[in-house]
Amino acid sequence: MSITEERTNNVIGQRMLRREDPALLTGEAKFVNDLAIPGALHLAVLRSPYAHARIKSIDVSDAASMPGVVAVYTGKDLQSTWAAPMPCAWPVTPDMKNPAHYPLAVDKACYVGDGVAAVLATSESASRDAIDAIDVVYEPLPAVIDLEDALSDRVVIHDAIGTNTSYTWNLKVEAAEGAVDQAFKNAAFTVSERYVQQRLIPMAMEPRAVAAVPQPFGGDVTLYSATQVPHILKVMTAITLGIPEHQMRVVAPSVGGGFGSKLDVYAEELLCVALARKHGAPVRWVEERSENTQATIHGRGQIQNIELAADKDGRLTAVRVRLIGDMGAYLQLVTPGVPLLGAFLYAGVYDLPQAYDFSCTSVFTTMTPTDAYRGAGRPEATYAIEVAMDALARAMGIDPYELRKRNYIKKEQFYDASGNPTGYTAFHGLNYDSGDHLAAAEKAMQHADYVALRKAQATQNVPGARKRLGVGMTSYFEMCGLAPSRVLASLNYGAGGWESATVRVLPTSKVQVVTGTSPHGQGHETSWAMIAAEKLGVAPEDVDVLHSDTAIAPLGLDTYGSRSLAVGGVAIAGACDKVIDKARLIAAHQLECAAEDLQFEKGTFSVKGSPDKAVPIAAIAFAAFTAHNLPDGVEPNLEAQYTHDPKNFSWPFGTHVCVVEVDTETGKVDVLKYVAVDDCGNQINPLIVEGQVHGGVVQGMAQALYEEAVYDGDGNLKTSNLAEYLVPAACDVPPITTDFTVTPSTTNQLGVKGIGEAGTIGAASAVMNAVIDALSGLGITTLDMPASPNNVWKAIQAAQGGTK
Amino acid sequence: MKVSITINGTTQSHDVEPRTLLVHYIREHAHLTGTNIGCDTSSCGACTVHLDGEAVKSCTILAAQADGGTVTTIEGLTKNGEMHPMQKAFMENHGLQCGYCTPGMVMAAIGLLNENPKPSEEEVRLGLEGNLCRCTGYHNIVKSVLAAANK
Repeated sequence: MSITEERTNNVIGQRMLRREDPALLTGEAKFVNDLAIPGALHLAVLRSPYAHARIKSIDVSDAASMPGVVAVYTGKDLQSTWAAPMPCAWPVTPDMKNPAHYPLAVDKACYVGDGVAAVLATSESASRDAIDAIDVVYEPLPAVIDLEDALSDRVVIHDAIGTNTSYTWNLKVEAAEGAVDQAFKNAAFTVSERYVQQRLIPMAMEPRAVAAVPQPFGGDVTLYSATQVPHILKVMTAITLGIPEHQMRVVAPSVGGGFGSKLDVYAEELLCVALARKHGAPVRWVEERSENTQATIHGRGQIQNIELAADKDGRLTAVRVRLIGDMGAYLQLVTPGVPLLGAFLYAGVYDLPQAYDFSCTSVFTTMTPTDAYRGAGRPEATYAIEVAMDALARAMGIDPYELRKRNYIKKEQFYDASGNPTGYTAFHGLNYDSGDHLAAAEKAMQHADYVALRKAQATQNVPGARKRLGVGMTSYFEMCGLAPSRVLASLNYGAGGWESATVRVLPTSKVQVVTGTSPHGQGHETSWAMIAAEKLGVAPEDVDVLHSDTAIAPLGLDTYGSRSLAVGGVAIAGACDKVIDKARLIAAHQLECAAEDLQFEKGTFSVKGSPDKAVPIAAIAFAAFTAHNLPDGVEPNLEAQYTHDPKNFSWPFGTHVCVVEVDTETGKVDVLKYVAVDDCGNQINPLIVEGQVHGGVVQGMAQALYEEAVYDGDGNLKTSNLAEYLVPAACDVPPITTDFTVTPSTTNQLGVKGIGEAGTIGAASAVMNAVIDALSGLGITTLDMPASPNNVWKAIQAAQGGTK
Repeated sequence: MKVSITINGTTQSHDVEPRTLLVHYIREHAHLTGTNIGCDTSSCGACTVHLDGEAVKSCTILAAQADGGTVTTIEGLTKNGEMHPMQKAFMENHGLQCGYCTPGMVMAAIGLLNENPKPSEEEVRLGLEGNLCRCTGYHNIVKSVLAAANK
């Protein structure tokens, strides 16, 4: 369809099928490991079998003489290769301790999976065979896997920093000094709860893969990586390896999921680039799943102590939180910042006065480094406040929904007295852009049929009942759309939070959108084309979206933190506005009128009041290309670049309700129903929004019921593959009922908020509240995740033993 | 050793190491990279193909065991430039996001319907137990398979 054809512009909001799908469905899509790279050498990494050990000696002679082996390197061999240690971009406090971390360990291995040597060979199998022939003599040291043990410094992991504590970060907000203590003193009700956020393994279905292709005589290097962050990776690779940045190009081809685990700069990326340059040949590496569970970051890993104070009606008067964060063995790209992303959210969607006391101390352990995993800090915070709210409701003897209703920030609090949208400025000074928590909750309760559920529960959960019904809810919100650059500065983050877009109308009127976001399953090509089509009045199929190659899209800050639409999508809208502004000048010149007399509708400029005097943007694009007759001062071509730095985070919210049945004899939890009512403001493509919620909810549910990275006392990961780490299959999860309320964001022109992490943020607490609700009649009021049959059964046995 | 397999209608012969898995044969010798590898414990199903008409995880079979056999991979499903009804159903129901598990999931789903042409929702969920997806929460995958079954 040509863009000159008459059409309505209501592209946004359509359930448009994804243009990404045919290539992915037919095997045509190329992931990194699918790329044909002639002459590539294969990298394999020998990993420490010890959680904590001094490297006494490494003998590579047998490995080096094996067939196909080109070279073998130890950490010592490569020490002079690195211009800087591996990057951590978020020094959260000025005195944060950050041990030097190199792609291969030199003196000491600090977790099972820490790389200690590397083999280059002519085939993947030759490289893997050879690492088994490397002889390393280790002096094992004690493992540190317990966070409180780590805090004690009984065993110090990094000699150079002399302590296991990386940092302590505080956020105390009080109307007057002592307000928190006073609130707890005066409280009618208090609860004090301790929750453990178990370690999780992100398990993107595509393990990581890397290929570095040098141009030995040109000096440039192209790095192909299964990454969420090609732009960040380019800068960081240049810095770490001392390569001039303009000689680095990073490409993320099809990427098979990330969930934060590919938001990082990894040893293998740096090794491939370094060795490709050294050998003047392409070097590639592909991760095996059992490597992935150890060498790719883990998520969560916190001990949370949360206390709530409430008045006699249950209104929250103070919140106090003490966290211990598990950093793992080293700080990866944003490891220390993850708890901070939740730090502002421990009062949830409730109207708390200025009485908030948050402190997080983060420690090193001898386990795989942690970093951002879907939700990053926000699922943890939501879990703590929402499970604690249920505890408060139990302490008061009132319904948990009733308690929430008494505390929700009200819709009118997002407006001033005259009804203008002002957002809600919370106790800590951040402004929540828009919200209507009660509306989302009411809708969720209707879908769940809450009143009927409570009746059914009273009938079913009689003493001695084998199967007990439980109902749990969560009202969540989150700060996403990372992020306003100035706010990031105040949190000591090492970069900004803007996003870039270029929109180009080609001579034949087709449109190119160049984005700095880097999708790995989110369908950006489809949604971004819809935004440009809506703005420019063209057909979405006439819009091509280019991304994930720093040579094509040189500016960008990539995809994480539910930022792509709320920052990157809004940047595209802004670039379209600039294109239209420029086209308007050319149209005015052609129509011999003033630019301000023109209206732009459905892809056509027309003179207000004289609709016959009109010119379509397609004609303008061609005129801009020929440049035969442009107004003075207007450059040829119709193209504009726009960088959007968001004014605020976006604050999606919603209520989820989960219904479970717990078999008290086996401990098995069955999820009977899951309702998610989310509000991400205006939706570009509801089909994709729903898909994000489905996947997010199941990842949260997986934390609640199934998943845990389990270490033994010696620091060995016992769940190191997909046979041992229980990623749920289709039969382990229920269908999800999704519905939405629409409360547009007031801080961006599309009125959009992020939705990629919302499901995960809401789900774990909704599920656990349901499980605890089912068991509370047996005297169980707290339960660690995952609520596996084993854990549930043990809790039931303990409770029954206790009542005998 | 020499192994001959008919893949997507073309018979190929290659010299391979005896330890070569069928999935590696497909990817590295037949150069068909649509079949993905997601694990090393035969847990994820990303490498599911059809061997002699049955859905199998191609990481559980040696190429030598498939010698003389007939294999269909995801690349072999399209006919005359048209996607297979199962592929279309996945597209129409947003049954994929990152797409990495998708080729295996589609092959498993076709295998499921070959055995049980009109499955219930529960039967679809149980039938796809061996295929993991991390993006979709399975909701739209199940919907896709049921839609394909009802066509």
